[in-house]
Amino acid sequence: MTATATTATAVDPVRTPRRAEIAPIPLSRVVRVELRKMFDTRSGFWLIASIGITGLLATIATVAFAPDDVLTYYTFAKAIGFPITVILPMVALLSITSEWSQRSGLTTFTYVSSRERVVGAKTLSAVIVAIASMLFAFAAGAVGNVVGSAIAGVPTVWDLSLGHALTIVLGNLVSLSIGTVLGMVLRSSAGGLVMYFVLVLLVPNLSALLAASQEWYHDLQPWVDLPYAQTFLFDGMHTGAEWAHVLTGVTLWLVLPGMYGLRRVMRSEVK
Amino acid sequence: MITIDSLTKKYGATTVVHDISFAARPGRVTGFLGPNGAGKSTSMRMMVGLTTPTEGTATIAGRRFADLPNPGREVGVMLDASAQHAGRTGREILTIAQQIMGVPATRVAELLDIVSLTPAEADRRVGGYSLGMRQRLGIAAALVGDPSVLILDEPANGLDPAGIRWMRDLLRDYADHGGTVLLSSHLLSEVEIIADDIVMIGQGRIVCQGAKSELLQAAGTVVRATDGAALQRALAAAGIPASVADDGSLRTEADPARVGRAAYDGGVVLTELRTADSGGLEEMFLELTADTQRERTAA
Repeated sequence: MTATATTATAVDPVRTPRRAEIAPIPLSRVVRVELRKMFDTRSGFWLIASIGITGLLATIATVAFAPDDVLTYYTFAKAIGFPITVILPMVALLSITSEWSQRSGLTTFTYVSSRERVVGAKTLSAVIVAIASMLFAFAAGAVGNVVGSAIAGVPTVWDLSLGHALTIVLGNLVSLSIGTVLGMVLRSSAGGLVMYFVLVLLVPNLSALLAASQEWYHDLQPWVDLPYAQTFLFDGMHTGAEWAHVLTGVTLWLVLPGMYGLRRVMRSEVK
Repeated sequence: MITIDSLTKKYGATTVVHDISFAARPGRVTGFLGPNGAGKSTSMRMMVGLTTPTEGTATIAGRRFADLPNPGREVGVMLDASAQHAGRTGREILTIAQQIMGVPATRVAELLDIVSLTPAEADRRVGGYSLGMRQRLGIAAALVGDPSVLILDEPANGLDPAGIRWMRDLLRDYADHGGTVLLSSHLLSEVEIIADDIVMIGQGRIVCQGAKSELLQAAGTVVRATDGAALQRALAAAGIPASVADDGSLRTEADPARVGRAAYDGGVVLTELRTADSGGLEEMFLELTADTQRERTAA
């Protein structure tokens, strides 16, 4: 066999003298590899590519359909940012759940045995993708705003402050964290995606219904309904109470389940 | 060197792995043999930190797997060749391993060559790989970091006879250069071909362990002569108890040298004289795991 002829040199475990101390893997390397893993499958690539594609479609749609008087930068940034808010959590979720659902964790966790490190690197990778996507959204929004207002023949309006832009970024990071936490808690791609849509589509509607019909819940809603509190971040923060609502929502939806999820990730068996 | 010390895994009231202890030594291929569901995979997962043991420890060169700073450089692991994202190409899977371990990028092409995957095959997605190709890719991934220890769960599964031979040569060569290999199998014939040492496990307990040569020795001797009756007399004269097998050969627990001497002294012409190897070990395998086997076949 041709293969056996080459093994003598290449598989020789004592050929290279063993390093007295093998250097630990730096976190930056784990992040780089996890970032690569988000793009290196067809599904992963298109999921992230869809952020750009829907962003461009949103820009065109805004130019084509938005009334002239709302053709401002904020309108563009909002339209382009919406797909990011929906898709990024799925990217964050799938990067975690695929280790269990695709069973690639059997190798991943033998390369890096600290699972919290792997999950941390995945979260950082998702944040990097999030920031890049939002820079893209702000840039595409700017182009859309200039072109759109020129076509419509209206003055170009820049109505997004830096502070507001930052709370939008924060709002998206909160969305992304919903994906991360769900991924850790459920560790299943199918279950995770279903739960994600239940949480972001069904729960806010039920919560709104309940708030409209029940007096006691009406005052409670902003404190416990995270997607509701998130709308403050996207629309611009105005009061300290709004920050308090975001904080309690984040604690209830992200911090507490996140701690439970991390425990499960670290302790559960990888099969 | 892999050292397993009193490793135990319980799920509620069920004990899947019961107090197993053994060592896989450098320069040797250790075969972890047992029927399906004997606890082989659970034991291997405990060795690499994927499953937490209820009791006991597993160390690699004296350290727990979790304490290795860059595990892939010291231990090559393949627990399930099919446990890969189906959408990645073979080359990509090796590249991920190469990057995370921080070894030169040339290692990827080198390993594809070692495991005989062509560049065209390497660029295909593993979802379309045959089991044999996945096994080769899994072996390649385990070898990326040039480790001194290999832990392989059912590596010969799905390989054709030429593939099994290739695997044997590869692992033999690896062990001859000082590497430690632990491989599991539920097929006796595979382990018998590849392993130097055998650890046999049934229902979570070690039923026997030792060097293959010794275990074969213990399995006894098969001897056949032109004149069966004369052979029986010769053995009896030498004080060697023997039994007649269905095919007319004699079977005894004495070693071949002693049996040959007895035949020579009795002036008997032998047509066959060998250790009971395959047959003997298989008998032992079936016997030792008899109470633990799912199917109690009469065969």
